[in-house]
Amino acid sequence: MAVTLDMAKLDLREVNTALQSAAKTHSNDAYLIENPRGSHAMACGLDGALDVTIKGSTGYYCAGMNKEARVTVDGSAGPGVAENMMSGIVTIAGDASQYAGATGHGGLLNIKGNASSRCGISMKGIDIVVHGNIGHMSAFMAQKGNLVVLGDAGDALGDSLYEARLFVRGKVKSLGADCIEKEMRPEHLKMLAELLERAGADASPEEFRRYGSARKLYHFNIDHADEY
Amino acid sequence: MAKTPQTEPRQSWTFSNDVNSEIRRAAATGIYDIRGGGAKRRVPHFDDLLFLGASMSRYPLEGYREKCDTSVTLGTRFAKKPIELKIPVTIAGMSFGALSGHAKEALGRGATMAGTSTTTGDGGMTEEERGHSEKLVYQYLPSRYGMNPDDLRRADAIEVVVGQGAKPGGGGMLLGQKITERVAGMRDLPVGIDQRSACRHPDWTGPDDLEIKILELREITNWEKPIYIKIGGARPYYDTALAVKAGADVVVLDGMQGGTAATQDVFIENVGQPTLACIRPAVKALQDLGMHREVQLVVSGGIRTGADVAKALALGADAVAIGTAALVALGDNDPKWEAEYQKLGTTTGAYDDWHEGRDPAGITTQDPDLMARLDPIEAGRRLRNYLNVLTLECQTLARACGKSHVHNLEPEDLCALTIEAAAMAGVPLAGTSWIPGQSGF
Repeated sequence: MAVTLDMAKLDLREVNTALQSAAKTHSNDAYLIENPRGSHAMACGLDGALDVTIKGSTGYYCAGMNKEARVTVDGSAGPGVAENMMSGIVTIAGDASQYAGATGHGGLLNIKGNASSRCGISMKGIDIVVHGNIGHMSAFMAQKGNLVVLGDAGDALGDSLYEARLFVRGKVKSLGADCIEKEMRPEHLKMLAELLERAGADASPEEFRRYGSARKLYHFNIDHADEY
Repeated sequence: MAKTPQTEPRQSWTFSNDVNSEIRRAAATGIYDIRGGGAKRRVPHFDDLLFLGASMSRYPLEGYREKCDTSVTLGTRFAKKPIELKIPVTIAGMSFGALSGHAKEALGRGATMAGTSTTTGDGGMTEEERGHSEKLVYQYLPSRYGMNPDDLRRADAIEVVVGQGAKPGGGGMLLGQKITERVAGMRDLPVGIDQRSACRHPDWTGPDDLEIKILELREITNWEKPIYIKIGGARPYYDTALAVKAGADVVVLDGMQGGTAATQDVFIENVGQPTLACIRPAVKALQDLGMHREVQLVVSGGIRTGADVAKALALGADAVAIGTAALVALGDNDPKWEAEYQKLGTTTGAYDDWHEGRDPAGITTQDPDLMARLDPIEAGRRLRNYLNVLTLECQTLARACGKSHVHNLEPEDLCALTIEAAAMAGVPLAGTSWIPGQSGF
């Protein structure tokens, strides 16, 4: 039975204190947040196993820096959802705004709708699965991890990419500087199949194309100045 | 036959030897010059100000006898646990990666012995500096290299870096030769590649967003940690006002003499304002908002002596931060390495190729052999000594002005030697009551 926290009666600090305290004890308890009313910084900084379901849409930085906790937004999420996430699972039933999963180090960010621009910007090891489309400049300077898109990708996908791997099932409007299509090898198909299964996505790995870094910008070279 | 008198060969001021050498270097390589440090050009600075001292109308304090307090508390606005420092001099943010682990340890040791804080930099928090720094400020940078909630909670304060004096509006590049396995691991990037530090934060734009970002940081750290916002000396009045609006506990203001690990020389020398020109507008912004002393102001960029410290405080700062001077105290640019500086094509005092990782002093390097040259215990002691001297000098000047706390120093205690410095500092030109730009002039 989930513990209910009603934000019509409790303020943000009270709600986060309750969640952070429960996470610290690795209680694995379930919490239900009602009336989130688009609040910012909800369920951020959780450090331990815990189930949190937010009934409604959230503002900026929901589940920021999450560790181990499983956070579900039963609505849409504002900018920077699961930013700098370390581990755990964050699920968005609706759409996600800009910078979803920015700088994330680990865990799974599962967006059932669309994600706006700069999804996965500077990601550092997180897995992001977007069931819909993603906006422009997604995976900009992405360092590590996997970004999987079942729909289409906007302009300049993977601009200035490092070692993150990008998988897109639909159309890519354009690739950013130093981002190229790469061969889908068996190990990628295997990893992608596992990731799709974890995200509950109804898609086959063979339908995707893989994109990664051409690694031409890894060392400054004056002859590449026209790239940027 | 009488020899015709010859005019002395005349060097061009515009095309000096220095300028011509850079043109030749650029023509040979096709790439701009990158270096470390801050602006080297002569700009109006604290040297252009003088303290007036006590006189018939001012009562001095007795040196060595009467107390002149130097303590400072940072983060009194919102943080549950403000930082208490014994001295008004802190150590500025410098990254592990740019600096060796030994250098970071030495900074922590020296700062702790002197009763002040040190600051991380791009690249995350190392055990060396956390372990040896009683008070450690954790920088929150656009790259977010090494950023994690555990270190955020282990910090004593958080500094959101918006800009720095050497390069307001610029990011950074740590070149591949300094990217060892350890540095790369902390940054989640491959060994040996150039690592770009972004110029903008990835998940917010503008002060309205920053206000929400700060809310998140406070929520993650139980509202305990003071939140600093570091700005480069670009538009100090509005940047300070917006930092206050965004919820800063402390504003760190870095003028163009403030150093960097590696940036284009053209950027360092041509963007931003001198430290002296930044302080009064920032203080005015705080005063206009009723926040002077409520939100503390830390000034950095070219602080070298206790006189510089005292003058910055007199102009309204609550504390100063030192970076380049701290490195010199550790042993950077020491004449004992002159032969090696010569081999690198430079000389003592001018060595600034910190990004190349070949620092003879073992400070701005990741080379194990060079790093071993710096004894962190001895270097920490030197830094402690230097910080103590800065403090004693500052106290000496404050007592001479009759102040029982260094924060009681005020602009009225100063005059300026040049019209430019008088205008920037908002104090009278020596021998006059004229403050350029004020009173209708």
